Amino acid sequence: MLRFVASLFVCLTLALPAFAQQADAPIQQLLQSQSDLILESSRRTIAPAIDALANSGLPEAQVVMDKWQAREMWVNEETGLFVYAEEVDRDTLRIFDFADGSEIGTVPDDGFDQLKPNSGIRGMIGTALVQFQLSDPNRATRQRALDAIERGAEESHLAALRASIPTEEDATILARKQRLERLLTIAYGETDAERIAAIESFAGDLSVDVRAALNPLVATRVEAAETLPDADDIGRVLKPGSEALTRDDAYALLVRADLAKPRISREDQRNALIANIDNGSVAGIQVATLDSQAARDMAYAALADQGTVSAVATEAEVDDRLANHVFYERYIGAPPEVVAAAQLALRAIENKVALNQAFDLGLDALSLASIYFLAAIGLAITFGVMGVINMAHGEFIMMGAYTGYVVQLFIPDYTLSILVAIPLAFAVTFGAGVAMERLVIRWLYHRPLETLLATFGISIALQQIAKNIFGTQARPLTAPGWLDGSLVINDIVSISFIRIAIFVLALLFLALFLFVMNRTRLGLEVRAVTQNPRMAASMGINPDKINMLTFGFGSGIAGIAGVAIGLYAKVTSEMGSDYIVQSFMTVVVGGVGNIWGTLLGATMVGSLQKGIEFLNPSNTLAAQTYMILFIILFIQFRPKGIIALKGRAAEA
Amino acid sequence: MSIKFLSTTAAAALIASTLPALAQDVSCPIKVGVLHSLSGTMAISETTLKDTMEMLVDIQNDKGGLLGCELEAVVVDPASDWPLFAEKARELLTVQNVDVIFGSWTSVSRKSALPVLEELNGLMFYPVQYEGEESSKNVFYTGAAPNQQAIPATDYFLEELGVEKFALLGTDYVYPRTTNNILEAYLKDKGIAEEDIFVNYTPFGHSDWSKIVADVVALGADGKKVGVISTINGDANIGFYKELAAAGISADDIPVVAFSVGEEELSGLDTTNLVGHLAAWNYFQSADTPANEEWVAAWKERMGDDRVTNDPMEAHYIGFNMWVNAVTDAGTTDVDAVRTAMYGQEFPNLTGGTAVMLPNHHLAKPVLIGEITEDGQFDIISQTEEVPGDAWTDFLPESAVLTSDWAELGCGMYNTQTETCVQIKSNY
Amino acid sequence: MSDVALGSRRQPFALRFPSVMVFLAILALFTLGVTILSEGFGIGVISTSFVKTLGKTLCLCLVALAMDLVWGYCGILSLGHMAFFGLGGYAIGMWLMYARTEIIVLESLAAAPLPPTPQEVSDGIASQIFGVVGASEFPPIWVFAHSLPLQLAAVVIVPGLLALVFGWLAFRSRVTGVYLSILTQAMTLALSLHLFQNDSGLRGNNGLSGLQNLPGLSDVPQSIVSMWFFWASALALGLGYLLCAWVVSGKFGSVIRAIRDDEARVRFLGYPVEAFKLVIFTLTAVIAGIAGALYYPQAGIINPAEIAPIASIYLAVWVAIGGRGRLYGAVIGAAFVSLVSTWFTGGQAPDINLGFYTISWVDWWTVLLGLSFVCVTLYAPKGIGGLVDLIVDRRSPNRHGADLGPDQGALREQEAEK
Repeated sequence: MLRFVASLFVCLTLALPAFAQQADAPIQQLLQSQSDLILESSRRTIAPAIDALANSGLPEAQVVMDKWQAREMWVNEETGLFVYAEEVDRDTLRIFDFADGSEIGTVPDDGFDQLKPNSGIRGMIGTALVQFQLSDPNRATRQRALDAIERGAEESHLAALRASIPTEEDATILARKQRLERLLTIAYGETDAERIAAIESFAGDLSVDVRAALNPLVATRVEAAETLPDADDIGRVLKPGSEALTRDDAYALLVRADLAKPRISREDQRNALIANIDNGSVAGIQVATLDSQAARDMAYAALADQGTVSAVATEAEVDDRLANHVFYERYIGAPPEVVAAAQLALRAIENKVALNQAFDLGLDALSLASIYFLAAIGLAITFGVMGVINMAHGEFIMMGAYTGYVVQLFIPDYTLSILVAIPLAFAVTFGAGVAMERLVIRWLYHRPLETLLATFGISIALQQIAKNIFGTQARPLTAPGWLDGSLVINDIVSISFIRIAIFVLALLFLALFLFVMNRTRLGLEVRAVTQNPRMAASMGINPDKINMLTFGFGSGIAGIAGVAIGLYAKVTSEMGSDYIVQSFMTVVVGGVGNIWGTLLGATMVGSLQKGIEFLNPSNTLAAQTYMILFIILFIQFRPKGIIALKGRAAEA
Repeated sequence: MSIKFLSTTAAAALIASTLPALAQDVSCPIKVGVLHSLSGTMAISETTLKDTMEMLVDIQNDKGGLLGCELEAVVVDPASDWPLFAEKARELLTVQNVDVIFGSWTSVSRKSALPVLEELNGLMFYPVQYEGEESSKNVFYTGAAPNQQAIPATDYFLEELGVEKFALLGTDYVYPRTTNNILEAYLKDKGIAEEDIFVNYTPFGHSDWSKIVADVVALGADGKKVGVISTINGDANIGFYKELAAAGISADDIPVVAFSVGEEELSGLDTTNLVGHLAAWNYFQSADTPANEEWVAAWKERMGDDRVTNDPMEAHYIGFNMWVNAVTDAGTTDVDAVRTAMYGQEFPNLTGGTAVMLPNHHLAKPVLIGEITEDGQFDIISQTEEVPGDAWTDFLPESAVLTSDWAELGCGMYNTQTETCVQIKSNY
Repeated sequence: MSDVALGSRRQPFALRFPSVMVFLAILALFTLGVTILSEGFGIGVISTSFVKTLGKTLCLCLVALAMDLVWGYCGILSLGHMAFFGLGGYAIGMWLMYARTEIIVLESLAAAPLPPTPQEVSDGIASQIFGVVGASEFPPIWVFAHSLPLQLAAVVIVPGLLALVFGWLAFRSRVTGVYLSILTQAMTLALSLHLFQNDSGLRGNNGLSGLQNLPGLSDVPQSIVSMWFFWASALALGLGYLLCAWVVSGKFGSVIRAIRDDEARVRFLGYPVEAFKLVIFTLTAVIAGIAGALYYPQAGIINPAEIAPIASIYLAVWVAIGGRGRLYGAVIGAAFVSLVSTWFTGGQAPDINLGFYTISWVDWWTVLLGLSFVCVTLYAPKGIGGLVDLIVDRRSPNRHGADLGPDQGALREQEAEK
């Protein structure tokens, strides 16, 4: 109510200037003439309106299209006049006249409707704007024009682009323009020679847009004839029943081309029979006996003999027709010479693409491996070195991630907050790990199976506590801006910075682990205690303290891993359980008690999963299933893992 | 020990079952069962709906209750454990004697509860968009059927964005599977070749999206415009959108339309890099109507300023109010009377216009398409007229011949070709 | 074990194991009591939904019994036994779904103008069952689904075979201890992931549903059907208990306990340790399968989430809380934890208002369960069943800590303490 009164007030005070607008300016009249289409705002119907604006020759047309594209065009509900506007606040607009760009006034937005062109229309406007923008003095505008060409090229762009190249001064934009010019030449070049030259200039280019330009040239259509026609636009000859052309498709093609009689579906056959039921029988055959396909075929054939229904092809006829025709592809995308050049270029590109894809897959596998390694490294300490089965390991990861989330609540700067979160996550999970070791695990060192169960109890309790505190929604943990985006090597090989960061972190942890274990007194004592606690104790080492610190160290690393995993995926109370089984398998496959084993295990699990995903791209779940099956089998044959400890250490 | 415990529970059951035997006409208080998971994987989405129901019940009580009775929400926790939905539904209907149930999120939980509802003639309101292919006598579907969400969104892709090549990405369960099947058939109908449709299924909570995103980008290699239709569910979306943003895929290059991503899901994300990607729903929090403003304000006041509203909440809002009106019309909470009174019930949507309950137990609702904005909301760029929900899709041959009409035909699975009712109970 | 007293070999089974008789008597009384109080056959004090809960609990007790046999007696901590339980459920569920749908399809096709061909019937059933997951053809795995005897056989054979193959592979390569636990966990994870896929042919995440409706018996009210399953479950539990008690009695039982205590020594004594373990592993898998086949028709739906690793861990939790290494302990644990769980998650437990914070049990129950589990492991390794010892073991001699032998590894002290 209050808001209504307020807006009424604003309305009264500001209503007058709203009408001081040049309603008869040519640009406004042009807009009014296209008003229906513009207001309908659908990509299917908008083309004439955009064309009218683009071809009007009015200097204001460009401003109109700019503002329209940027969703800054509004329409006065009452008068139907178009204006552009800035939003002063949620309910107030500062509106401008298109005719001369003058400010009309500040008004409440109640009387105005914002035009919200969807991205399809925005794309079309962008395409139409290209001609104005290619030689625009503003560098960003020229780049926008090039973006628009990349997204939706038109034949007219080629001439405009060529015209703008001589005057281009910026080197990067010039290079981009020249490249686009060649791309457009492939599609719209006037002579074959010109097109072929452009195609050849792209030899070995891996960009998606090059393939996007070449592939339509080699498009084909499947045709059938009694004999193979002797023409130079004929591609492969296809065999019916092969993978490229199934028997059914081949026959359907013949039927469409009126080269064969149609077949009948069971459904249609049944309907035809039903339609011809006469006094409890079809063509003299009792309806009750039509309970098998053979009987129905017979009845239908009888009907066809009577001429009641049209005859259909029998299997033998189908075979005969298929045998008597040849099926081939005909190139429909371009003249034969261009096709040949495009094919040559594509073949060269494809080989390189395959190579790069393999490389990209390798990067993905490496990245996944580093994530698994990161998740498992804490476990490699608690389980691998100490032999403690910590089912709550995943919850330490979760705790680390939530620590990161909480830190971000207090420190809004993302870079700083991550820098704070990492040591804090270590501290929190170190503390939790020490507490758990003191309270629970140290009583169970000689009962590993019971450790498993007790830590599982802790795991479900921690998960639920996290839910009670943070709620069940996923919480955001946002990476700093410099970790956004990805390292793009080419259009095929790229990897996001956050994954690189995780990879680096994994390497750092590996180094840290090796350093602590092999170069510090703590590491020496840890190794001593794990190999022979009594002997170590008699040497003056306090095994209790060492166990506590080791466990805390492993847990702390899990906490840091949690921050990293939260950055790249999500922070939920259940994120830990996503990693726990995989982590255990990573450690077990690699070989317990050896960090290199864990590294190898993670690499194997990661690359295996990516490899299977590559072979079966539509089903990621299957990849995980097969991977686990493989691991189960692997452990059967190498029960001690890839790197098996030998000698006494193995028995410890 | 255990014996003693059993006997106490048995005694508790005894007390419970000697309370009023069966709800005939009106027995105060009128009980509203809430069957949403408060723990387990689905708690992330369903807890909000439990809160919504409690709020709706409170609002109604403030208005003076129903038929002179106080309303009482009976909340149980099926713990995201599908068999428990059947058990808890039975408990609600026989032990607690509730008059109506509002509940379920996943299709499998609904299908788990269905046999119990049909056996005991209960009444349930199901608030989530789902894959259709079902019409039970005892369930009112207030969420969107495929033709109220998936098909309009695909049309939008085809007509407004000019997408020629489709990547259908989904979580591997029934809703994405069936929706994608329908969409595949629909796209082929529209002349999209089979090789231009890429389908991928990932497990719940999937987080490693780099390869799939790379595959989608690679689809553009033949020069056709690529669009992604995402039926990815729950928190897997977070990793997906993060990877999408990292790969620098803008909505102008490869638009993504999601059917399971709403305000709630976006609240776990930084959306600055996702601006312009789409979602299709029947409701967005940003809808500019007085009713919605009031609703959002009431919700924020009750639950805190950082909480958002979403589509299934609106579905419960409409469903609950329709039920209240139907009970008032029928003058009783008796299931069959209320069911009859439900047909043709009208209630204003929060987004403007009026929702109508159809005899196939689905709603006629408008379809909205919104673009993600920087503040984690949606900018509504397209809103259709009310679309009547279709229980059986027209785009799969087996179900094209089926129709559902409980008012006239009294059948939820009626074969129009043979003119017979395939089955009275639903297929679960 | 107090009830495996040596030197009593000549006495009848029942006398040697009084606990068995006591258990069977209690079970019989309980069954009778529930029957009298039920809606279907008695005075209607216990609601049908509670009868189902009780019936399901009996099945859980049966699978806990199997778990106790394999873990408590043989020392193999299998974290995969719920996989066998689930497989049993799937096997019977396939027939239930097929047969129920077949009746519907035949009825609907009978009204058609032409008599249906076998192909049409099969297509009709397939599109009814798989329409939900967007398919309309029978996967090969359903080839026996039309036949009740074959699917009943599958209830036993499929889990048994899987356990046999898996066990053979694992035991052969001497995977023991926690490694075996993790391996069995991986097995159940792989199986559940496989079943989660729609391509598995078992309706993916949706699983098999509507199992409580017995084909052809749609007129029989659930109050009656639930009692039938309750009786069947009680019978299965009774027989299972007898079988387990018989297995752990004689020489065989002594050997498997010896394997639990020190596998290497048993091997050196010349026993084929792997064969013993394999027999126990397979036998318990079969028991779990049968329990599952009885459980899921009462639950009404089976889906892959049922065999996720967490389920098997809960199974171990029940046995540990109940007290492993004693059969009645497993039964008590399963019954106690699952019923208390039902009670807490049902929202019936009263909230505790602390003034500044209200403890709502729906939220805090899992925390309580987890922590109580830690406490049981730490302070009461014998579990609830250990309470029985307080009464029974009063008579056992007090050695005042005197040494039982020269070697600490003999574990005789611990045995004597039990």
